[in-house]
Amino acid sequence: MAGRSAGPPGEPRRVAYLYLLPAFAVYAAFLLYPIGRAVQLSLYDWDGLSLGRWVGLDNYVAIVADEGLRAAFGHALVLIVFYSGGPLVIGLGLAAILNHAKVRGLGFFRTVVFLPQVVAMVVVAVAWRRVYAPDGTLNTLLGALGLDSLTRGWLGDYTFALPAVGVVGTWFETGLVTVLLLAGMSRIPGELYEAARLDGAGAVREFFAVTLPSVRGEIAVALTLTVIAALRTFDLVYITTKGGPGDSTSVPSYEVYHRAFGLSQVGSAAAIGVTLTVVIFVISFGINRFADRRVS
Amino acid sequence: MISRGERVANYVILSVFAAFALFPIVTILSAALGPADSGETSGLGNFAAAWEVGHFGTYLRSSLAVSAFVVVVSVVLSIMSGYAFGTMRFRGQSVLFYLFMLGIMMPSEAVAVPLYFDLRSLGLIDTFWSVALPQVALSVAFGTFWMRAYFRASSRAIVEAARIDGASTWRILWRVLVPPARPAVVTLTVLVFMWTWNEFLIPLIMVTSESLRTAPLGLAFFQGQYTSGFTLLAAGSVIVATPVVVFYLFLQRHFVRGLLQGAVRE
Repeated sequence: MAGRSAGPPGEPRRVAYLYLLPAFAVYAAFLLYPIGRAVQLSLYDWDGLSLGRWVGLDNYVAIVADEGLRAAFGHALVLIVFYSGGPLVIGLGLAAILNHAKVRGLGFFRTVVFLPQVVAMVVVAVAWRRVYAPDGTLNTLLGALGLDSLTRGWLGDYTFALPAVGVVGTWFETGLVTVLLLAGMSRIPGELYEAARLDGAGAVREFFAVTLPSVRGEIAVALTLTVIAALRTFDLVYITTKGGPGDSTSVPSYEVYHRAFGLSQVGSAAAIGVTLTVVIFVISFGINRFADRRVS
Repeated sequence: MISRGERVANYVILSVFAAFALFPIVTILSAALGPADSGETSGLGNFAAAWEVGHFGTYLRSSLAVSAFVVVVSVVLSIMSGYAFGTMRFRGQSVLFYLFMLGIMMPSEAVAVPLYFDLRSLGLIDTFWSVALPQVALSVAFGTFWMRAYFRASSRAIVEAARIDGASTWRILWRVLVPPARPAVVTLTVLVFMWTWNEFLIPLIMVTSESLRTAPLGLAFFQGQYTSGFTLLAAGSVIVATPVVVFYLFLQRHFVRGLLQGAVRE
């Protein structure tokens, strides 16, 4: 590799390009170029085999105009409530408790609530399918509580399939959000709490006046991570419902796959993928800008 | 000081929540260890049966090959590119860095479709490379970001001293900077391993032959085909999840740290 180069560190170094080259080559060939191709494909009506037909922005217009596609993006919004809203509320409560009370077994608790993050989503989906099955764990539990009237095949139910998928999201994001918020809260200086107490603040006021503003940065990170995860839900839907019943659990990522490889509508699939990418960029920048502005 | 009642209430809340977190996992484990629906096997015998019926040996082998390749290549490439971004100054630095940052958020769903058709025309579909290389690209985006942050924070004085001693940039990287960077490298390694092992969409799209199926993909197929009862499916799920879970139990600190610092790739 490059030999000795002159100058102190910080000087412009041409050798830097050599170090960047291998990573950039793979990155450009397998991410940057394909996203460019996705934009190109999204302007065509193409079945993946014959010659494509130029349709301009029609595939994008369809995302707004087509009822099925609009529904898919709508379902993603519902999932955001389950993936981000639920875990944030539960996580703030749990983290506040854990931060205040010096409970024993905190390490064990952290290990347990974080575990869902590392289990393959396919395995998670298989497990929850079992929980939601007509003869599954949830119905058995409801039966044991004498609530037989509530039992149903949860994933086959038009009303309950989407919330059922959402609860899985709440389940695996809550641990991450809790641990994240807990790390933030443990950095809050004790004097802030003392000052609040001298001012006569109760536990609730203290939470809103001291704790919440201090973990704004962590909340922004938690929202970014969970919103992106919600928008990208694929494995879970593929294994549990395949978008059904009807299209009651169709989501953008699943539509990309389904249209490209099931319906041979490659152009439309690419347009959904590009839209999803843009939405993810806008949301992550938005959340982070918002958090930054409030800090300053 | 907190009262006794409050303390009890706290433990109750935490226990309820831990139970909720463990509930689906316990469902799988108890099914996997219980008597099989066919009544032929039970306990550990279920795992042997699932291994046999579900071809998990093949799937684990190909997952292992893909993960090893993706981890080694993307960690080495990320160390090199992170080194360039973190310790050197060059023209186009910020533009290039922002280009890499885009990759951290870019959903693989969006790129997988065009990649499939381009690789198909190159005759590369259904090969080891079609599964491994896109995942290297996804991991390198985050890896560059991760190693850059580490190298930026590392001491300039050490680098300068090594340069005055006449060490080349290559030698400075591997002999001076990387050894103390071990914690950062381990974190990156476990994250990339987890992402690659658990990845589903890319193998699903790229692979048709059974010998290339990765573990999660094999499990999905097993679920589709094997419908006589849940025991063997549960045992197969445990087999697929175990490698990452074992790593997690031993290197928990690294998983938590990495995932909390904004690692979004899944």
